[in-house]
Amino acid sequence: MGHERRLRIKTLVMVLAMVVCANIGDLMLKRGMNEIGPVQISLAGLLHALYLTITNGTIWMGILFLTGFMLSYMTVLSWADYSYVMPAGAFGYALLTFLAVVFLHESVSPRRWVGVILICVGVLLVGQTKPRTTEVVKEATA
Amino acid sequence: MMRSLIMLAVLICCSTGGEIAITHGMKATGEPARLRPRALLQFLSRALKNRWFWVGVPLMALSFYSLLLLLSWEPISFVIPASALSYVVGTFGAKYILGEEVSVARWAGVMLVCIGVALVAAG
Repeated sequence: MGHERRLRIKTLVMVLAMVVCANIGDLMLKRGMNEIGPVQISLAGLLHALYLTITNGTIWMGILFLTGFMLSYMTVLSWADYSYVMPAGAFGYALLTFLAVVFLHESVSPRRWVGVILICVGVLLVGQTKPRTTEVVKEATA
Repeated sequence: MMRSLIMLAVLICCSTGGEIAITHGMKATGEPARLRPRALLQFLSRALKNRWFWVGVPLMALSFYSLLLLLSWEPISFVIPASALSYVVGTFGAKYILGEEVSVARWAGVMLVCIGVALVAAG
């Protein structure tokens, strides 16, 4: 397998892990925040919201998945371009829209679906470009 | 709506700034030797010693809290796509701060993503 091809596959697998973790995490957060209700912007309101968020199990599940996102994100950025990873990660919007419809029962307009399709085409375009355009430091073996 | 837009601007600035700082830190860290637990732990400990990583983290934390606030006010299928306006800001950052080559195809992809995002955010 060619170096370029291997790099591309490695990057795409890591981006997929990122997207899945980020979406599940966001979905959990939204569920948790729904349980908490709207936050009031005042010192007391923010402190109360902080207390409610750190004692909410669903929020913690969200944080766990977002930690998984962070780790895969850091790993992929150690070899791939930010300007490659960031738009490639937008593939998550398609997934997110489906998740929001299926689990949160949010309604999605045709215009929003067109947006999702454009995002997917954009992500495919970015996916065709070279994942890495800058010099990358190889791990020091010591 | 105004408070949501202001919080969105805070979210975009903090997340883009944080991500650029972290990317810079990760590039200096270098990639893990293998994608195995031991090598990944070593990679992580190297990354945690990089100061750019610690510049990025507080910015990401701020963007995370502004995301929580936004999520309590607006539906997720508005919040997350709208925050993706950071793709344009981020691409400029990648080009001019990180020195990445942004080819025509990559710009076209980013623009399509942005038009898509605008449509999605418009609902």
